[in-house]
Amino acid sequence: MTVLSPRTLAEACSAAASNPNADLLAGGTDLMVEVNSGHRRPTDVISLGAIAELREWSIGEDRITIGAGVTFAKIASGELATAAPALAMAARTVGSPQIRNAATLGGNLGTGSPAGDSLPVLAALNASVVLTSVHGQREIPLSEFCVGPKRTDRQPGELITAVRIDRLNGPQEFCKLGTRQAMVISVVSVAVVADTSSTSVRVGLGAVGPVPLRAPEAEAFAAEAINWSGQTSVDTETCRRFAELVRDAARPIDDHRSTAEYRRHATGVLAARALRRIFP
Amino acid sequence: MSSPTITRTGSSHRIGESAPRPDGIPKARGEFAFSSDLWAERMLWGATLRSPHPSARILSIDISAALAMPGVATVLTAEDVPGLSSFGLEHADQPVLASDVVRYQGEAIALVAADHPDTARKAVAAIRVEYETMAPLSDPRIALDATPIHPEGNLVRHLVIRHGDLDVEGEVQVEGSYEIGMQDQAFLGPESGMAIPTEDGGVELMISTQWLHVDRDQVAACLDLPVDKVHLTLAGVGGAFGAREDVSMQVHLCMLALRTGRPVKMVYSREESFFGHVHRHPAQLWYRHHADRNGRIVKVECRLLFDGGAYRSSSAAVIANAACFSMGPYLVPNAHVDATVVRTNNPTCGAMRGFGAVQTCFAHEAQMDKLADALGMDRIELRLLNALEPGHELITGQVITGTAPVAEVIRTLAAHPLPPAPDSITDSRLLPGGTGRTTDYSDVKRGIGFAVGFKNLCFSEGFDDFSTARVRVDGGIATVKCACAEVGQGFVTLAQQITTEILGVERVDLAPADTSIGSAGSTSASRQTWMSGGAVHAAATAVRDTLIARVARDEGVDITVLELVDGVVRSLDGTINISIVELTTAEPVEEEIEFHHAPTDELDENGQGNAHVSFAFSAHRAVTDVDPELGLVRLVDIATSQEVGRVLNPLQLTGQLEGGTAQGIGLALMEEIIVDESRVRNPSFTDYLIPTMLDLPDLQIAAIIEEPEPGAPFGAKGVGEAPTISSTPAVVAALRNATGLALTRVPVRPEHIALSADHLDD
Ligand SMILES: Cc1cc2nc3c(=O)[nH]c(=O)nc-3n(C[C@H](O)[C@H](O)[C@H](O)COP(=O)(O)OP(=O)(O)OC[C@H]3O[C@@H](n4cnc5c(N)ncnc54)[C@H](O)[C@@H]3O)c2cc1C
Repeated sequence: MTVLSPRTLAEACSAAASNPNADLLAGGTDLMVEVNSGHRRPTDVISLGAIAELREWSIGEDRITIGAGVTFAKIASGELATAAPALAMAARTVGSPQIRNAATLGGNLGTGSPAGDSLPVLAALNASVVLTSVHGQREIPLSEFCVGPKRTDRQPGELITAVRIDRLNGPQEFCKLGTRQAMVISVVSVAVVADTSSTSVRVGLGAVGPVPLRAPEAEAFAAEAINWSGQTSVDTETCRRFAELVRDAARPIDDHRSTAEYRRHATGVLAARALRRIFP
Repeated sequence: MSSPTITRTGSSHRIGESAPRPDGIPKARGEFAFSSDLWAERMLWGATLRSPHPSARILSIDISAALAMPGVATVLTAEDVPGLSSFGLEHADQPVLASDVVRYQGEAIALVAADHPDTARKAVAAIRVEYETMAPLSDPRIALDATPIHPEGNLVRHLVIRHGDLDVEGEVQVEGSYEIGMQDQAFLGPESGMAIPTEDGGVELMISTQWLHVDRDQVAACLDLPVDKVHLTLAGVGGAFGAREDVSMQVHLCMLALRTGRPVKMVYSREESFFGHVHRHPAQLWYRHHADRNGRIVKVECRLLFDGGAYRSSSAAVIANAACFSMGPYLVPNAHVDATVVRTNNPTCGAMRGFGAVQTCFAHEAQMDKLADALGMDRIELRLLNALEPGHELITGQVITGTAPVAEVIRTLAAHPLPPAPDSITDSRLLPGGTGRTTDYSDVKRGIGFAVGFKNLCFSEGFDDFSTARVRVDGGIATVKCACAEVGQGFVTLAQQITTEILGVERVDLAPADTSIGSAGSTSASRQTWMSGGAVHAAATAVRDTLIARVARDEGVDITVLELVDGVVRSLDGTINISIVELTTAEPVEEEIEFHHAPTDELDENGQGNAHVSFAFSAHRAVTDVDPELGLVRLVDIATSQEVGRVLNPLQLTGQLEGGTAQGIGLALMEEIIVDESRVRNPSFTDYLIPTMLDLPDLQIAAIIEEPEPGAPFGAKGVGEAPTISSTPAVVAALRNATGLALTRVPVRPEHIALSADHLDD
């Protein structure tokens, strides 16, 4: 087994081009678990930890760009947290402090688990994923990037280099449900974000489908139901209907972590609570 | 070769002091050598081929490809077992390696030794086994009518208790059915060990276990070696809780070492560990309580069905415990108990902290609450009214001759102040759902629950239970030798404290635990403080008596005028003063004692008999915040009262209470091996959840009740298990109190609350 430790993105791309089957290593909080359990036996590893470019982020007028190597600890507080509060809330639910110090946004996408906690927020914030290889760069919407449970559109030789998300004006909320107070894989997660400029509401759902889901009918209903110019508070009936529509957008399954029925139910409850919190 | 156990030097702490564990700081620093750290020159690595099927016929096993792999030293199957082909803790019914059928998912079929763990794993994967799969027997309720899955049949033990007048009826009756899921001991150090062939044709095995001698006897029988050619030494244990009472890799390692003539090491992965040890029995329980109008219990009827899984392990003893303690610590004049443990193709179940009493306590405490409600009585008053006392008769006909301060346990806990209900909570970590931000304080309902439990200490039902200890004093330094397995319970400090207390020496060393001395019995049944502590106590006392006799002889005085105080043998008149240092420098003293507890009886055909030595009582009160709509729970507060006989080491006692309570909370809220069609769905700590810091508030100790127990060293009862028993029902009672739901199964899952039929209308 060889371990390469490129210092620049360009070096990393050529390393990935010459070893298209190499495993890319960021924080290692998914990869090493797979290695230790014997599910993955890397032949070559390209470690991305030394590439400063991947740890960069910037907040633009309309879009926020976050390098793939930015950790959840970084996203959880400071300027990034102010610009993308729901993503920060999601970041704070990831594992434990030790995990958040190592785990990266790029790794969460690289794994592409339906229970990955950043994914529903990224979906709600119209994220696009920037992929780079020796052949150049492409930027694709999250909905094209996630193609199935733990399956992504990343091609051999490509690196996830950054994620771009909307910078919105308005309140945001993220709720994650698991059967322990912390350090737990999501059973359901719901992100609800509002944009007062475009008078829109967007919903992202995690762990209730093969890929992160949106809830277009619920979003349209909420955009309509909310009095954007006046007192933006929602009544119980609006919450109830919103919950129903979000619940209908979920496509959960039964597994050893929960049942489809409970996941559907909880999706609705969390959606209503999230809406209530952002429009109190 | 790295030595698995070091001789530890203790400082001079006496009984009642918080002597620090010699292994405490090394463990915190990552310096303690666990069994997984063993290493030897020319060592090979062992690996095990396990069945992917819970029930199948083995048609053929082809090891040729594995044997041909470079680096592979040997591949062994059932044909290679030198001696007895089966093993078992109480009865040998489990094949060392399966040859014709497999009876549970993960059953061992073949072994590999290779020069690298990876090579060993690859060789395991290269073994070809042809199976004819069969439908597994997954439902214990149909086990007795199903085709036997084992030549010994599907019934492991059926036990009845018939006590008193079975025709009486109570004016008030409550009935309920309860279910307990399969809990895992979830120790952190996976099974691991190393075997080394010895020159005399025998084998040396370093292993983390709970009982060296019972392992040795099983290993020797399977290897067809005399016991004196099988030498076991305890290696660093990373937790046990019952899961190391049965043999896992012991025979396998020795077979590989003897075949290859080289040291062989094995470490199970976390996933393999879930298949490599027994678990807590899942149980289905039915109860009917009868009381008079004043709340006095008149009769209790119950039926207990435990799922033993594929092999017997300690199931027969677990079901006896479940039956004997099925009533809880209450005076029940008439009882009708039917207890059954059956064989299925589910994972094998055996010992786990609480040993049968955990399952029944969940049920009898739910019943006591129900009964109180039916009577319109306060739940604590009802328990006090029926609380056991010394002199009372248990449903087995045994009269309690030792201490039993049940009422005091209950009263002290009930009097402990409740946590205040705040006006608001905004920190999500302090709300149900925790860091996930699922719940606002306005979504929460608070509930309070109370539960009491009890169980036996030491082995029961006529088992001749003993421990052996040797104390040697040389130049004033005492060395204690005992085969007691230190698995975290604290014998390492107690042996030293007891010796210091009796002899007044300044230094006590503890020799490695191994089979060069007689058995210490198992580190289970809350028995080691009593049994091995008792053996050390007796051996140290014998040393003292020898010293006094020697001085009496040399000085020409009667022994009655001499005493040993603070390390000095002196006469009552003060004319003789000789230190133990001086005495034992001149001539070292050594005494070895085999300590037995008072004999017990077997249970007769009606489940009657003096089957137990002693009992420990505990109570918990839980306060929970529940989000009924999502079914999420936060444990706000957990308080306990325990009766312990006598406190020997306050810090260690607190550790046992905290750990035991946490394990009970885990069973109430999250811990379950999910078995579907006899297959384990969650063999990992990703999906087998145990409580974290955020799930466990600091344990509030309302009272530690000390009433010295006759027969126990310094009057101290074991404290390892009782705290596990009553915490589960207390937490669930609090959830019932908050939600109004019946909640008859543990662990309580969010959907049991959120999707309960009682809620579905709104
Ligand atoms: C104890 C524990 C708790 C956890 N809790 C949570 C949780 O609560 N929520 C959650 O969502 N996750 C959780 N995880 C999973 C994990 O921490 C996250 O998925 C994390 O985001 C992975 O990031 P990483 O940097 O560690 O990725 P790595 O493990 O280094 O990589 C993960 C995958 O992504 C690929 N990859 C990494 N970087 C790139 C890149 N730049 N380009 C292309 N591919 C790349 C890797 O090849 C690999 O396949 C937990 C893990 C552990 C061990």
